[in-house]
Amino acid sequence: MDFLIAAIITIVGISTPILLAGLGELVVEKSGVLNLGVEGMMLVGAIAGFAATVLTGNPWLGVIGAAVAGALAASLFGFFVLTLNSNQVATGLALTIFGTGLSSLIGLSFVGRIVPQFGSVFPPELARDPLLKVLFGYSPVVYFALIMVFAVGWFLKSTRAGLILRAVGENDLSAHSIGYSVIGVRYAAVAFGGAMAGIGGAYFSMVITPMWAERMTAGRGWIALALVLFAGWRAGRLLVGAIFFGVLMWMELNAKAGGLSFLSFAQYIPSQFWAAMPYLMTVVVLTLISMRDRVGLNAPACLGKPFLPAT
Amino acid sequence: MESSIAPRLQLTGITKRFPGVLANDNVSFSVRPGEIHALLGENGAGKSTLVKMIYGIMQPDAGEIRWNGQPLSVSNPKAARKLGIGMVFQHFSLFEAMTVLENIALGMDAKIHARDLEARIREVMEQYGLKLDPHRTVSTLSVGERQRIEIVRALLLNPKLLIMDEPTSVLTPQEVEQLFVVLRQLAAEGCSILYISHKLHEIKALCDTATILRGGKLVDTCDPKVETSRSMAEKMIGAGLKEITKPAGRSLGQEKLVVNRLSIPGAGPFGIALKDINFTVRGGEIFGIAGVAGNGQNALLLALSGEVLSGDAEAISIDGAPVGQLQAKSRRLKGLASVPEERNGHAAVPEFSLADNTILTARDRLGMVSAGLIKAGAAKTYAGEVITAFAVKALGPGATAGSLSGGNLQKYIMGREILQKPAVLVVSQPTWGVDAGAAAAIHQAIVDLAAAGSAVVVISQDLDELLSLCDTLAVINEGRLSRPMQVAGADIEEIGLLMGGIHGEAPTTPTAELELAHAH
Repeated sequence: MDFLIAAIITIVGISTPILLAGLGELVVEKSGVLNLGVEGMMLVGAIAGFAATVLTGNPWLGVIGAAVAGALAASLFGFFVLTLNSNQVATGLALTIFGTGLSSLIGLSFVGRIVPQFGSVFPPELARDPLLKVLFGYSPVVYFALIMVFAVGWFLKSTRAGLILRAVGENDLSAHSIGYSVIGVRYAAVAFGGAMAGIGGAYFSMVITPMWAERMTAGRGWIALALVLFAGWRAGRLLVGAIFFGVLMWMELNAKAGGLSFLSFAQYIPSQFWAAMPYLMTVVVLTLISMRDRVGLNAPACLGKPFLPAT
Repeated sequence: MESSIAPRLQLTGITKRFPGVLANDNVSFSVRPGEIHALLGENGAGKSTLVKMIYGIMQPDAGEIRWNGQPLSVSNPKAARKLGIGMVFQHFSLFEAMTVLENIALGMDAKIHARDLEARIREVMEQYGLKLDPHRTVSTLSVGERQRIEIVRALLLNPKLLIMDEPTSVLTPQEVEQLFVVLRQLAAEGCSILYISHKLHEIKALCDTATILRGGKLVDTCDPKVETSRSMAEKMIGAGLKEITKPAGRSLGQEKLVVNRLSIPGAGPFGIALKDINFTVRGGEIFGIAGVAGNGQNALLLALSGEVLSGDAEAISIDGAPVGQLQAKSRRLKGLASVPEERNGHAAVPEFSLADNTILTARDRLGMVSAGLIKAGAAKTYAGEVITAFAVKALGPGATAGSLSGGNLQKYIMGREILQKPAVLVVSQPTWGVDAGAAAAIHQAIVDLAAAGSAVVVISQDLDELLSLCDTLAVINEGRLSRPMQVAGADIEEIGLLMGGIHGEAPTTPTAELELAHAH
C-alpha cells in the first residue's frame, strides 16, 4: 500500500511539468504554430523561477517569474516565425539550443543554492495523512495544472476567443479575410505556450529537486511535444496522456534504480526501453488516428505553415 | 434625408497600383438601392481588386468611394460589415473542420450566444428558402451548400450591399436558379447587389446594369437586357470574339479509347468511388464530361491517366490494347496524354523551368533521355516549340513554370501534351481560371487535335464550354456516368437534372447508345 501511494505521488509529480508544457503547446499548435522550443522554454522557466524565488524569497513570485521568462523566450520565437516568417521547425530547434545555453549561463551563479518551498494548499493534517495525501499532498502547481486542463478545454471549445484561435489554426487566410488578426492571435498563443512551459520548467527547479542543475528538464520538453500529438490536440486526452506518460517515466526511473523487482519480467527490460516508450506510443497513436481523415484527427490544418496573405 | 436619392454606392476615379500593374485605373460607377449591378470582366481585369477596396481588404491609391452620399473609408472588412456591406467570396473563406454554426459565428462581429445565433440562422433560412443543417461539419457539405453558408452569414448582417464574387462557377443550373430567386428577393427588399461574373447569359437574366472592366479600366456601363451577349463579350475582351472553327463534314474514325465497366473504390473517407463507368471515344471525337465539382471527376482523370490503376486491365483500352493495369508512363507510350486540373504541382512543377517540365511527360515519347541522362538540348528545343506554337507569354524555356500566369501556364501544358500528338488526350478543366483569350486558343487547339484524328476527353464544370466544344457529352454524378448524348440535340434541362443527381433513366450499354447516336 505504501508502495502504491508513493508510486502515485511520484507519477503525479513527474506528469505535472509535461502536462503544463503540453497544455501550452496545445494552444500554440491549435493556433497553427509549431513551436519545437518547448525544452528550451522549460529550461528558461526553470532558472528564472529558481532565481526569482532565491532573490525574492517568495515561491509564488518565482512561478510568476518563470511564466514571464517563458513567455519572453516564446515571444522571441514569435518575432522570428510570425513577424519575419522564418521556418518554424528550425527556429523552434534554435530556441531549444538558445534556452539550454542561456539557462546554463544564468544558472552558474545559482548552483548550490536552495529555495524556500511552497506551503501546503490544504490543511497540513490532510496533506500529511498517509492515505489522504494522495489527494491533498501536492504542490499548488499540481492543482494549477489540473485547473488549466479544464480551463484550456473550455476556452477552446466554448469561448468565442477559443473559436477564433481554432479558426486561425484551421485556415489562416480565411480568418484574415473575415478580419481577424492572425498574427496577433498567434503571438498571444505563443506567449501563453511559453508561459506554461516556463511554469512546467520551474516545477523541476522549485518543487521536484528543488535546486538548480544544468539541463535539469532532461528532455521532458520533447515528451510534452509528443504528448500533444498523442492526445490528438484535445485537452482532456492530454491529461490522460500525461498520466500515462508519467507511468512510463516512472518505470524508467525505477528501472534505472533497479527498483522494478516487484515485476519479475521488468528487471530484464533496460530503462532505455521505458524512456523510448512515450515516443513509440505517440507513433502508434498517430498511426491509428490518422487512419481516419484529417478532420477526425482534429489536427490544425495550418500547423507549421507561415501566414502569407496576398497583400 | 437625401439618402433615398443618393446612390447606395458611388465610386469616383478609383485607382489601385501594384508593383508593375495598374489594377484599377480611374474607375467610376454607382449602384442604386435595390439595384443588381454586374461587374463584368476577364480574369485580371481588376474586378476583384475593386471589390476588395469596397470591402476594406485593400485601400485605393486614389479616388473616392461614397456610401449613401457620405465619403466612405473602410480600413478593414469589419468596418465594412458594420456599414452593411456583405461579401460572398468566390473561394469560400470557410473552416473545413468546423460546423456550419461555428463558421457563421466566426463571421459575426457582435457577440451573440450560440443558441440565439442558431435561431436567427433558422429564421433567415426560412425567409429565403435556404436549406442547411447548422450542426453539420463543413467538410461533409457540397459546394452549393458551402456557398449557402456564406450567403446566410452575409444575410444575418442585414446587408445594404451584397457583393457576390463569381457565385455560380461551381453550381448546377438548378442551384443557379435558386440563387437568383434569393438575390431577386433581396433586391426587391432594397438591398443592392454587386454581382461579379463573366457569364453573360446570367448577367442578362439577373442584372439591371452592367459595368464592364478591361485591363483595369472601365470600358462601358450598359443595360445588359438591351445588349446582346456578343456585344458585351466584345467589350469585355476588346476585340471581335473568335468563334471556335470546327472543320465541316468530319467523320469519326475508329474507337480509340474504350472504358468498359470501370470501377475504382474511393480514396479516403471523402473520396468518390467510380461506379461502373462506360464510354467510348472515337478518333476525331471530343467527348465531354460535365458535372458539379467533387462528383468523381478527379478520380476519373487519375484512373484514365494511370495514376490510379484499375483492378481490371480490360476496363480501359487504347486502340484496342488493354491498359487498365499499366502505369502512367506505359500508357503515355501507348499514346495517352493527360492534363490534370491542378496546374501548379500536378501538371507542372512550379520551381522547374519550362524545359525541365517538358521532360516530365515527354521524355519517353520524344526521346529526351538516353542512358539515364537527360538531353537538356532536346527539352529546351521542345519547350521553345511549345512556347512559339501556343503563343505562351514567357521569358523562354528557362523561365520557371511558377512565373507564368495561370492562362499562360495552361496554354504551355496543353501545348506540351498536344505537340506530342497523342492518340488520346484527357484534359480536366482546360480553361479553369484562364482569361478568355487564352481559353479560345486552348479550345481551338483541342478542336484541331481532334480534327487531326485524336480522341479527346474534356472533363469540365463549365457546361457552356462543353456545349460549344464537344461532340458528345455525358454527366458524372457521385461517381456514376450518365449515358452519352449528342451535344447537337442535347437538352439543357436534362443535363442540369443529371448534374443535380436526378437520373431520368437507367444507363444503357454505351455501345448501343453510341451506335444510335452516330446513326444520325
